[in-house]
Amino acid sequence: MDIATFFQQLTNALSLGSLYALIAIGYTMVYGILRLINFAHGDVFMLGAYFAFYAITAFAMPWGVAFIVAIGLTGVFGMGLERLAYRPLRDSPKISVMISAIGASFLIENVGIVLFGGRPKSFPSIALFDTVVRFGSISMLSVSLFIPVITVVILGILLWIVNKTKTGLAMRAVSTDLDAARLMAIDVNRTISLTFGIGSILAGIGGIMWTMKYPQLNPLMGIMPGLKCFIAAVIGGIGNIQGAVLGGFLLGFIEIMIVAFLPELTGYRDAFAFVLLIVVLLAKPDGLLGKNQTVKV
Amino acid sequence: MKRNTILTIIALAIFAAAILLADSTLGRFTVRILNLSGIYIILALSLNLLNGFTGLFSLGHAGFMAVGAYVSALLTMSPAQKEMNFFLAPIVTVLRDVQLPFPLALIAAGAVAGLVAVIIGVPALRLRDDYLAIATLGFAEIIRVLITNAQTLTNGAQGLKGITKYSTTTVVWICAILAVIFMLALVRSSYGRTMKAVRDDEIAAEAMGVNVFKVKSTSFFISSFMAGIGGALLGHLITTIDPKMFTLMLTFNILLIVVLGGNGSITGSVLGALIVTILMEALRFLDMPMNILFIKTEGLPGLRMVIFSILLMAVVLYRQRGLMGNKEFSWDGFFGLFSRKDKAAKGGRA
Repeated sequence: MDIATFFQQLTNALSLGSLYALIAIGYTMVYGILRLINFAHGDVFMLGAYFAFYAITAFAMPWGVAFIVAIGLTGVFGMGLERLAYRPLRDSPKISVMISAIGASFLIENVGIVLFGGRPKSFPSIALFDTVVRFGSISMLSVSLFIPVITVVILGILLWIVNKTKTGLAMRAVSTDLDAARLMAIDVNRTISLTFGIGSILAGIGGIMWTMKYPQLNPLMGIMPGLKCFIAAVIGGIGNIQGAVLGGFLLGFIEIMIVAFLPELTGYRDAFAFVLLIVVLLAKPDGLLGKNQTVKV
Repeated sequence: MKRNTILTIIALAIFAAAILLADSTLGRFTVRILNLSGIYIILALSLNLLNGFTGLFSLGHAGFMAVGAYVSALLTMSPAQKEMNFFLAPIVTVLRDVQLPFPLALIAAGAVAGLVAVIIGVPALRLRDDYLAIATLGFAEIIRVLITNAQTLTNGAQGLKGITKYSTTTVVWICAILAVIFMLALVRSSYGRTMKAVRDDEIAAEAMGVNVFKVKSTSFFISSFMAGIGGALLGHLITTIDPKMFTLMLTFNILLIVVLGGNGSITGSVLGALIVTILMEALRFLDMPMNILFIKTEGLPGLRMVIFSILLMAVVLYRQRGLMGNKEFSWDGFFGLFSRKDKAAKGGRA
């Protein structure tokens, strides 16, 4: 492989990794607070992309406005999802909540098929993101450059919210000990709702950037990225935002680089993440950056 | 007690007669639904064993079904059929000339699926709750990817066509009834009690001397064995299989049955399987173009699954016990329904 192809793959890996990281954060934040795998997160990601698509095509909004509307709607949707599907089960056994999450995921997918149609749609081209940029012999779509930059900016904002603001403090408190946080007069429901909102906003941004890079939408597009990003969150150490980012980038790089260096393994691409998950769970069950938790009897 | 035994024998006899008569009296479509329900009963029981009785939340059922379906299909096909199927790349020589009678192939299907489960179980069963769910889902996905890529072994994405239709009403329902009887015996045995102990409190069970890992592995093996048999029967009913059949969607259907029927109830799984399978077919019209009061609507594919997803969520949100909770059907409980006096005293057996 020559150096140009390598850099080409490197940028691909960087933008895929960024997208994975953005979605993985949503999983990790929700899991950190509720100890729940939000199976529907991948479908929220799909909705973000569809909202942007319809805002541009059906409502003829300029893309900037359309993106903001779509991201906002996705956030609201995530909060609504928590309200309807997870909050009533706050005190139920873990398995019930997980079944509810799986049900919600299938519901969103199938409503998506009914409303949006099962046939894939192609995302409208936006000049700013769709131009071909050349560096010497490397050429890429400009969106591949925007994705990592936007991800880093968002990550900065997110870390600021979580570590420096009062809301962030509440989030950390709830994730450490929900009952104790309630005793400290933290509005637990509001904090959880906000966490879902933020996670869904990130999924929405991820979804929009995903469809600009891989410009096809279908109602089932969220399943695979959703599963993989959950895996990314586990690899990094679930409940840990930096860990989710690390896991996302790691997964993106591994997927792209294995296919690039060993093309005969292309057919197995979707299995890499799962193999990686199992290896990590066996070797370091708390993930790369996770804290070792002992179960007290 | 005596009355109950006689009643059970009579009920089984009536049921056997009904099954024997079904092929000649019912239409092909009805028979197909009937057989599908039988297969779903086996699958639901196998998932319930893990989910309801051992407390292991597994999402990998589709993978084990795929293994079973492929093993049985490949073992029963004649060399000529195999040659027709494998037109892209010839099948591996070991499998080319093998052809077993159907019962042997069916057992082999279960055994291989169970073996795969034991191998997977070594790493996976060390995980808890949601991690186990995601790991088993991962393994199922890996199995699917392997099947898609193993061109010379499974014919890859093209799948297998022209599988002999061995899943007659008699075969399916004999298997289903065996599965029910086996589950009843298992749950009431000491093995079943250790499984429930592990479900209720793993640490307490361990403290009482239960080998938790062994119990989990056994349960995982039995469940996958049944899933393999169910998958094989499904393959022999539909007569074509391909890797796309065995996605999370299939596991979701079985999970729906188990949750609807009641997690930890054999009766519930049987009822759930019947209800869901019949509804699945009865609601098929929703996906078709409709003609309501001169207004033609386009077909809305997916509407059927919307209803099933809502059904699942409604059960989880409003009636977590499902239809039966963890109770079983018993004659005493059945008659207790009619005589209200001593309903509380007798009731269904847990």
